Amino acid sequence: MHTSGLSPATRSRAEPRRRSRLLRRAYEQRYLYAMSLPFVALVFVFNYVPIWGWLTAFQRYRPGRPFWEQQWVGLKNFTDLFQDETFYLALRNTLGMSVLGLILGFTMPIIFALLLNELRDGLFKRTVQTVSYLPHFVSWVVVAGLVYKMLSTDGGPINQLIAHFGGQPVQFMAHSTYFWGVVVLSDLWKEIGWNTIIYLAAMTAIEPALYEAARVDGAGRWQLMRHITLPGISRVVIILFVLSIGHLTAIGFEKQLLLSNPVVKDSALVLDLYALQNGIGMNKFSFGTAIGVVNSLVGLALLFGANAFFRRRTGDSII
Amino acid sequence: MTHLPSGPRPRVSTFDVVNAALMLTVLVVTLYPFLNVLAIAMNESQDTVRGGITVFPRHPTLANFQAIFAYGNIPQAFFISVARTVIGTVLSLGACAMVAYVLSRRDFLGRSLLSRFLAITLYVSGGLIPGFLLIRDLHLMNSFWVYILPTLVNAFNIFMIRSYMDELPIELQESARIDGANDLVIFVRIILPLCAPVLATVALFIAVGQWNSWFDTYLYNGSNPQLSTLQFELMKILQSTQAGADAMHSDQLKTQQITPDSIKMAITIITITPILIVYPFLQRYFVRGMTLGAVKG
Repeated sequence: MHTSGLSPATRSRAEPRRRSRLLRRAYEQRYLYAMSLPFVALVFVFNYVPIWGWLTAFQRYRPGRPFWEQQWVGLKNFTDLFQDETFYLALRNTLGMSVLGLILGFTMPIIFALLLNELRDGLFKRTVQTVSYLPHFVSWVVVAGLVYKMLSTDGGPINQLIAHFGGQPVQFMAHSTYFWGVVVLSDLWKEIGWNTIIYLAAMTAIEPALYEAARVDGAGRWQLMRHITLPGISRVVIILFVLSIGHLTAIGFEKQLLLSNPVVKDSALVLDLYALQNGIGMNKFSFGTAIGVVNSLVGLALLFGANAFFRRRTGDSII
Repeated sequence: MTHLPSGPRPRVSTFDVVNAALMLTVLVVTLYPFLNVLAIAMNESQDTVRGGITVFPRHPTLANFQAIFAYGNIPQAFFISVARTVIGTVLSLGACAMVAYVLSRRDFLGRSLLSRFLAITLYVSGGLIPGFLLIRDLHLMNSFWVYILPTLVNAFNIFMIRSYMDELPIELQESARIDGANDLVIFVRIILPLCAPVLATVALFIAVGQWNSWFDTYLYNGSNPQLSTLQFELMKILQSTQAGADAMHSDQLKTQQITPDSIKMAITIITITPILIVYPFLQRYFVRGMTLGAVKG
């Protein structure tokens, strides 16, 4: 310990003085505490207490009893879960839709941003940008309604296009085979514009002199894009990629719940939906919590795995 | 036209043409569903059944909109949606701005502790079932406050506001302090007015989140029509007709000569309209706000 040469006597005299100085400073900041402590309490209740609620997964939770009167069952809920075939169906659907979503939902906004960046600044560019953000602000309830409308066999434009080119109408919403595609593509439709914002911002930070120099060296448009713009945003791309790997299992249930119907329910069941059905639908609170815990742990493992991989490759940690 | 001043004249290449065509496609694909729904909502209901409505109504009418305001629970749900959006946005914005101000004060004792306490909530959450059990134990079910309290303090919004406050010159606060103002006065009189752009951005995020939320209604207030929201009503209508169980509503509709499809589209339009109204005004703010956050983050 570094005592900077003070004798014990001086330190013990300095100690209370330091404490009273701290107390005075705290008193001077009493308004700041008044402005933050009530909200700290709210965060504690609504964000921290549910984490404590994970313990429910190790209990046979019965509602209406205090915590210490609940019966502890160890890992029983988890062993039940790993023996349940439906769990593997839900895991498969979760990973399937999120991997598809990662491939499309990650690459398309980059391509879209690159192409938008090539438009000359003007009304057209601004219009495309403004319109492309719009679906982000509309609820999934509305989007699900639009998707049903657009894909319907009864005058939906997609089927009209298919008919126009001589094809047979397709019942997109009544076949399990299409469900993943419908979810992933409607998600892409909703978020592609919004997800470009961060890339466009990164592109404006690229030194214009780099483009000038490359142009003098005879670089064409594709070469500028490939050798200047893409490397210019690569850091942002890597950060977002690692973060989205961490979110792979956290795809939620909103799209799946709203877009599914009894015919396609086997393709729509994701882990969160499975937890919802068991935990709240069937009052199996502990089992539902166990599903949530497994889901979060898989997500954390993916996040740390991806981060470790990129740290080894680039020497740069993201989290 | 005589010759322009020198400098490279922009040349239109094949790339530009293809690119513009692609962007035009994105524009059409994004806008068409909205225009189509609007056209159907504005079209005479029985006529819509004949099909063929694209972006213009064939027999324009407002009858569908009149019908939904006599339909089921829609007026009450509209009122609750507006109430939760207004109250939720004002309270949450105030709370987040206050905490952000405390965090932006470099001399605040416990600053890094508070910062970490909030940051953890961005990465860890208890999940669906523990959250549900908590709300139930707090007796927030069948209550309006379940829309407001759980999301009142949001770490992401706080950090966004704080990063804006960090840029403000510290001298403003110091001179106010010399004039005898306390921290609360400094916050309300000096900091808040200077933060208008970021507050507008965050307000938009909160308001859109409140307006679009349906799952909390579904989970906590689903059986209480007094507390239903527009999104939840729309969700029920969309789900019921998609499952083909529309018999419930059909009598009511037949007397008004309104088809379920027209009702669905009219409610969809009512649900989107508030967003379309505020969107153009706040657009420039949120792009700037997001850009700031992005470049920093």
